[in-house]
Amino acid sequence: MAAFFPKFYFDAFSFREAAATSLESALREIPRMATRQTQFLARSLLTPAVGLLFIWMIVPLALTIYFSTLHYSLLDPGSESFVGLENFRYFLTDPAFLASLQNTLVLVGSVLALTILLGIPLALLMDQPVVGRNFVRLMVIAPFFVMPTVSALVWKNLLMHPVSGLFAWLAKLVGLMPVDWFNDVPLFSVILIVAWQWLPFATLILLTALQSLDEEQKEAAEMDGASAISTFIYITLPHLARPITVVILIETIFLLTVFAEIFVTTGGGPGLQTTNIAFLIYSQALIQFDVGSASAGGLVAVVIANIVAFFLVRIVGRNLEA
Amino acid sequence: MARKSTTQRVVISTIGAWFFGFLIFFPILWMVLASFKTELEAFAIPPSFLFFHWTTENYATVQERSDYFHHAMNSIIIAGGSTLIALLIAVPAAWSMAFSPTKRTKDILLWMLSTKMMPPVGVLVPIYLIYKTFGLLDSRIGLVFILCLGNLPIVIWMLFTYFKEIPRDILEAARMDGATIGRELIYVLTPMAIPGLASTMLLNLILAWNEAFWTLNLSTSEAAPLTVFIASYSSPEGLFWAKLSAASTLAIAPILVLGWFSQKQLVRGLTFGAVK
Repeated sequence: MAAFFPKFYFDAFSFREAAATSLESALREIPRMATRQTQFLARSLLTPAVGLLFIWMIVPLALTIYFSTLHYSLLDPGSESFVGLENFRYFLTDPAFLASLQNTLVLVGSVLALTILLGIPLALLMDQPVVGRNFVRLMVIAPFFVMPTVSALVWKNLLMHPVSGLFAWLAKLVGLMPVDWFNDVPLFSVILIVAWQWLPFATLILLTALQSLDEEQKEAAEMDGASAISTFIYITLPHLARPITVVILIETIFLLTVFAEIFVTTGGGPGLQTTNIAFLIYSQALIQFDVGSASAGGLVAVVIANIVAFFLVRIVGRNLEA
Repeated sequence: MARKSTTQRVVISTIGAWFFGFLIFFPILWMVLASFKTELEAFAIPPSFLFFHWTTENYATVQERSDYFHHAMNSIIIAGGSTLIALLIAVPAAWSMAFSPTKRTKDILLWMLSTKMMPPVGVLVPIYLIYKTFGLLDSRIGLVFILCLGNLPIVIWMLFTYFKEIPRDILEAARMDGATIGRELIYVLTPMAIPGLASTMLLNLILAWNEAFWTLNLSTSEAAPLTVFIASYSSPEGLFWAKLSAASTLAIAPILVLGWFSQKQLVRGLTFGAVK
């Protein structure tokens, strides 16, 4: 209705003037009232969500900042004192921080590489005329719905156990030495498990994007004598650029805070070999009860995540306008 | 000639897709098989694939020894409760942003998205201390609350993209016919919004069911959902693979079924509408 009264819709003054004089404008008041009512309603409907999210974002973050400036140990209550940036100095110069930062980067980078490099050919394959494609889709997507604690424990025991695991049996079958996964290559083992969980996500998004690719464009390229490889490089790959970016950014957000998989398999070990930043902060907070240092670490994690988020929000925002 | 190459292509791609699909699905299948073995057979080398003594005793033992249903109930209450509350808050918000957008709507949406980017570990310490102070540790209500807030941005976003697709002309037509906002909501909007609502609900249920950061950190026994219950199998070393598999199968089966139904919406929900 608003479209019929564009001026009244936005301009309060002209409305007041007009409404005072004629019957005609009095009749127009009905839709306008509805509009004002609607706007008020709209705002009050939005408030609870905005308010809750605002509190959820501000209060814990403010507390984290506050705690990060305190010497504060749960083992020694009542001894809290202001120490300025001491916790940050401690956290950032702790050898465990550098090790965990490195582990985090290796974990995120490897899982991204694995899921995208395997996801692209898999999505291309599933985009072909496949008999029973829907069933194949079900099998491929399934790992994504398995809770992290289940997938980690099933992989660790049933598949990766150095003696009785399926991988050990397969290795012996072809005459290789079985790998003691969680002792010899602990971080790689975690990477494999996490990559298995996220491969379906990457594949599904890339497949969705492929299916929206214009068939005619590909056919035209084929008619012009383009080989399958150059069709892929010049048509398919550019089309996939955006979904790949989206996959990278969203996976990064989740992968930066991988926790359960490490918690149930290695507990961060052996040594610090599978401790990522999330796990380091957890162990400082809830195992060593060092609130101050864990809070400083938490802020470092927030900063890292925000750098990624900055780019994601821009990409999604551009999409909102389109 | 052309026809032959097409058939060939179908055969090759079908075999390839089925092979890789099976490979990806295999760990789950292997787990389900192990849940029907005896502990000895689950551990045996060489492994038996189908010709073992099928038994359901693991499923009975899991319930007897560790009160599986208690934890399953916790999962249902926590995932279901947080989803329902999130919908109650999100539906009005998304409705208002989709149908009465203002200049700031886009900023509000992007700001909401950005709250989802905050790593949970960044606020673990204050949340833990607040929960400790108010006695919310290991309580179902505490987990409902935190999972609800954590997923709220995704729920609002998904609903927003669905509501956006409802043609506004229909609402205007209803308004012209003299429908009040209440009637408009019940008779026009709701029937058109139900598919979007349903898939948002499904995706949120899946996310909440599988959430394993807050549940592991904020609950131990009384309120522990299945994620935490399964994690308790990581400590005792020994021949518990069949029972672990049985418990795991029970824990993922319902969500796997729901997930298969909602896989199309999954892409949309998790990419915030950036890929449809």
